[in-house]
Amino acid sequence: MAADKFALFLGCVAPLRYPGIEKATRELFKALGYDLREMTGAGCCPAPGVVRSFDQATWLALAARNLAIAEKQGCDVLTICNGCFGSLYEANHMLQEDPALLKKVNAILAEVGMKYEGKVRVRHFADVLFNDVGIEKMKQKFTRPLDYKVAVHYGCHFTRPTKLKHLDDPERPHILDELVEWTGAKSLPYADKNMCCGAGGGVRSRDGKFALTFTEAKLKNMKAVNAQFIIDVCPFCHLQFDRGQKDLPGYDIPVIHLAQLYGLAMGLPESSLGLEAHEIKVTL
Amino acid sequence: MSNVKIPDPDFAKSIIDAGGKTLDLCYQCGTCTGSCPSGRTTAFRTRQLIRKAQLGLKDDILPSEDLWMCTTCYSCVERCPRDVEIVDIIILMRNMAVQKGYLAEEHRKVGRSLLKIGHTVPASDKLKQLRVSMGLTADPPTTIADPKAMADFRKIMEKTGFEKLIGGA
Ligand code: SF4
Ligand code: SF4
Repeated sequence: MAADKFALFLGCVAPLRYPGIEKATRELFKALGYDLREMTGAGCCPAPGVVRSFDQATWLALAARNLAIAEKQGCDVLTICNGCFGSLYEANHMLQEDPALLKKVNAILAEVGMKYEGKVRVRHFADVLFNDVGIEKMKQKFTRPLDYKVAVHYGCHFTRPTKLKHLDDPERPHILDELVEWTGAKSLPYADKNMCCGAGGGVRSRDGKFALTFTEAKLKNMKAVNAQFIIDVCPFCHLQFDRGQKDLPGYDIPVIHLAQLYGLAMGLPESSLGLEAHEIKVTL
Repeated sequence: MSNVKIPDPDFAKSIIDAGGKTLDLCYQCGTCTGSCPSGRTTAFRTRQLIRKAQLGLKDDILPSEDLWMCTTCYSCVERCPRDVEIVDIIILMRNMAVQKGYLAEEHRKVGRSLLKIGHTVPASDKLKQLRVSMGLTADPPTTIADPKAMADFRKIMEKTGFEKLIGGA
């Protein structure tokens, strides 16, 4: 598929909770010369923790519908969320590996006049920035050096399961640290950096208090190194850290998605970053 | 009342047949439990859940809270020396639990939201205003703004039985 265009998959949490992530992504990729196509009529990825846990066949069929929308555009899919990336990547993998399964799913899609041929590739935007765009080109776009000291949060479904995704080391990932440091910011080492935020697997919706025990464990470790911001690549982790701190007072670490951080480094006006939507006030 | 658990010899086979082929490979080393953030502060033990599945302790597993303690973080999967697809197996067992009617009300709500708008969360007026102020469309160009797409999305959920499974919209 063409390398200079992508079908932008929005998902739920970015457009409906943190639209600054969507806006910054659109501006960022436009500035890099990409043609971002709309996936008109796409829906939830669907969410791996809930929908897949309830019924894998439904999860697969709805994911295939989203993939078919991108395929019609002749583009690979660009995701801005670990959950969307996880669902669409894994569903795509299953469908591409198993023609009988693809046939079964297509029988369902036929009911709504659609078909998926298994041709698209599902990408995470941070992977595209790191591996396709690269440091040289990216640095040319940065106009505002950032000197923040930050705690990066990879989240689980960006790199794992590594056996399927082949993006980074399972125990010592480095992509996100490097991406952040390209802006001039410093990625601080902190204890238990690879730990989950607690939101995934349907845990946040089912038992929010329990999910917060994960979040607090991470916040403690980030606070211990005096992180100024949390940098994430997933609106759902973003929501868990940002809204979670309403119930976990005393940490006050603002949360910034990598697309927003890059928007900032590129000198986008702050009004394009949607920081008003954040619970924990972002003071730059 | 007795605490004796009656194993169902077909249970492990049903997991394996549904795609959890690696269930048999587990040799109970406990690396998964040691890696699990969920088990740090609770009595949830990944190794034990896998053992119960091997033994066919279906009536113990399917109604349990344990089944829903996993955040699908994949820490265990990355480290399992036997390449047991722990998360996939947990998800298959969750599917079986839901089939049996074990679905938390909070989860049912998320399912209903999908049936209604094709998304897990709705858009508030305030959010729409913020979107517009940033130069975005009030609604994202998704099922939320497209009745035909929403009807298709919902039809798929009807066909797969999802609508019935979560007890209708
Ligand atoms: S790490 Fe793997 S082999 Fe060891 S107990 Fe867990 S599932 Fe079994
Ligand atoms: S994937 Fe689930 S069981 Fe495995 S370590 Fe993470 S929370 Fe624990």
